[in-house]
Amino acid sequence: MRGVPFSYSMRNFWARRLTTVLTVSGMALVVFVFTTILMLAEGLERTLVETGSYDNVVIIRKGSGSEVQSWIDRAQAGIIETDPIVATGSGGKRLVARELVVLIALPKKDTGKVSNVTIRGIGEGSLDLRPQVTLVRGRMPRMGSSEVAVGASVAKRFKNADLGGELRFGMRQWRIVGVFDAGNTGFTSEIWGDVEQLMPAFRRPVFSSTILKMNDPSRFEDFKKRIETDPRLTQEVKRETRYYLEQSEMMARFLRILGISLTLIFSLGAIIGAMITMYAAVANRIGEIGTLRALGFRRRSILLSFLVEALLLGLIGGAAGVIFASFMQLVEVSTVNFQTFSELAFTFSLTPGITARALFFAVVMGLAGGVLPALRAAHMNIVEALRSK
Amino acid sequence: MQIIKILFKNAFRHKLRTGLTILSITIALLAFGLLRTVVNAWYSGVEASSAYRLVTRNAISIIFPLPLSYKDRIRQVDGVSEVSWGNWFGGVYFDEKNFFANFAVDAKSYFDLYREYAIPDDQKTAFLRDRKGFVAGKKLAERFGWKIGDTIVLKGTIFPGNWEFVMRAIYRGREANADETVFMFHWDYLNESLKKTAPARADQVGFYMIGVEDPGLAVSTAGSIDALFKNSFAETITETEKAFTLGFVAMSDTIITAIQLVSFVVIIIILAVVANTVAMSVRERTNEYAVFKTLGFGGWRIVGLILGESVVITMMGCAAGIAATYPASAAFGKAMGAYFPVFNVEPGTIVLDVVFSLAVGVLAAVIPVYRTLKMKIADGLRMIE
Repeated sequence: MRGVPFSYSMRNFWARRLTTVLTVSGMALVVFVFTTILMLAEGLERTLVETGSYDNVVIIRKGSGSEVQSWIDRAQAGIIETDPIVATGSGGKRLVARELVVLIALPKKDTGKVSNVTIRGIGEGSLDLRPQVTLVRGRMPRMGSSEVAVGASVAKRFKNADLGGELRFGMRQWRIVGVFDAGNTGFTSEIWGDVEQLMPAFRRPVFSSTILKMNDPSRFEDFKKRIETDPRLTQEVKRETRYYLEQSEMMARFLRILGISLTLIFSLGAIIGAMITMYAAVANRIGEIGTLRALGFRRRSILLSFLVEALLLGLIGGAAGVIFASFMQLVEVSTVNFQTFSELAFTFSLTPGITARALFFAVVMGLAGGVLPALRAAHMNIVEALRSK
Repeated sequence: MQIIKILFKNAFRHKLRTGLTILSITIALLAFGLLRTVVNAWYSGVEASSAYRLVTRNAISIIFPLPLSYKDRIRQVDGVSEVSWGNWFGGVYFDEKNFFANFAVDAKSYFDLYREYAIPDDQKTAFLRDRKGFVAGKKLAERFGWKIGDTIVLKGTIFPGNWEFVMRAIYRGREANADETVFMFHWDYLNESLKKTAPARADQVGFYMIGVEDPGLAVSTAGSIDALFKNSFAETITETEKAFTLGFVAMSDTIITAIQLVSFVVIIIILAVVANTVAMSVRERTNEYAVFKTLGFGGWRIVGLILGESVVITMMGCAAGIAATYPASAAFGKAMGAYFPVFNVEPGTIVLDVVFSLAVGVLAAVIPVYRTLKMKIADGLRMIE
């Protein structure tokens, strides 16, 4: 005997519309929360990972963890720069830059609340090292002047931070002469100016980091060893990709733990919701189940039919949740990264992996809610089932 | 009385379904309670701040220091009663996962200013006498099992090197909202070491904490302090302690808003579950309601029956949820001690629990009530399950 027709399950949904809609929307909300939080963690991580490029190397003071807390004095920067691993760009320029990274507090446009923005002192080589940075409006700051360029998301979010505006810090006025965009990377949330102007303004005699491009990335380990064992240096060497991944670690982990523990609790509620619906579906159809059995459908077919119904419930809820969550990709959020203590803008990002996980989760939720009721349906005695009203 | 009995009887006609519904409400309210408590924990520093204190920092941002010499000039400002100072040390204990806040503070003036931290007198004397000594909050000491006299080492991230400290005292908070997870040591120890290793960084202070005589004049006092250093190399921003801590909280307001939103989503999820249960119960009893109508019971009685049952179910879940919130948040607070120094369920959370449960109970009954009232008696009697 073949299984119970699929349309039987489908038509049941329509027969009890209100119940179906309520159960599905409950599940959809759970899946929505699950998906958006995963998207948030993914977006944050992706933003920081894309900030770095594999051929670039960041050199910071040992144990400092981030550029803001690091320093390199001029002599040390000079030693690092002369290393033979530094690549040569067009026109014979060496692709290396001494940079300064500090935070400045600026008021936000919408709330007026103050938040920390990363300000990066750049050298001649900085732009060549970051091909992802493109100028949107205006021009890049001239070296040797009190000019800065701002990332697109800084221009959008902070007061007086757009083209033509002026920032005041270090007893000087800094004219904003350009807005640059670096796509989905951390640089879009930064302000850039000439390092040799910013250092005296902040009264800092040292650089924060040295960035360089390797001419042969396979020799990274040799280079790392050379720098880290040099007695004149107190710095450590990291690939740029790895450096930025570490900057997002704590925050991404926090978001994931939060998301997963929330979803676990919520999904319990939704599983119970599915269970209520499926138990009712079984209880109301005792007579029908008896008839089906009498017609010769096996227990297995009945079990399968109800499981399919529960699974469908989960799948519809899951699909609805993911569809709503996909709209979140249009939203850009910004928050202070705990680790770097500076404002970072990023978007929710939906990957096929997250979609698959969300749908799988929804199906499991539906099944978990459907198993017990389906077993009850399958184990009913034919005669008793037929006798009930 | 009779009516309540009927409501309960009705609610438990379907024991399994009602039981499951109550369980899901319990779980949802538990989640809601925990989320609200997480949000409150974020603001706990703001709650604990005193109106008698101001904080002065570098105007550029908190990562820039101020000269130590400012302390004498601040002390001369009208309305200032005490001045203390400190640095965020940012030391790591073995691994970054063991995070806790650690500050170098000017010990004597600091504990004069922060009277909400209670230290036994003998321990305080021992701490003040030992330059390498440190004070830890009770919760922090318990977390790592530190005893008085233990030597511990922090790895500096901002100030390089391995720094050795000896535990001399444990402080407790006088109020429930005091943060008992802070590590504090002598600013002099930091400064004297810097004079040897990095003289350029010595005699610099991360922030000043200032006691004022009259909280009503705090804002004008703050203004006069900032005016003192206007157009200097290190301009200052002085705020009340509350505004200062609120500024830190505001930096992560995206996350707080997200958690708040999610805590309301959970209420909508239970609304769906409860509405489902009520809809099913009412659907099954369509015949009975038709009979009621035939016998001449007024519409409002039927409304009362359906609504009452719905509210009875949600309130039972609510009671169970509230009862579960306390032990759950105690356990959660213990597990997440590193992130949230203070983690207490606030009365406001319980009030919200009750309000939302009532609202869910009422809203869940709306569609079934509407359907039942609109139903024609003949249709109701004819309806078969």
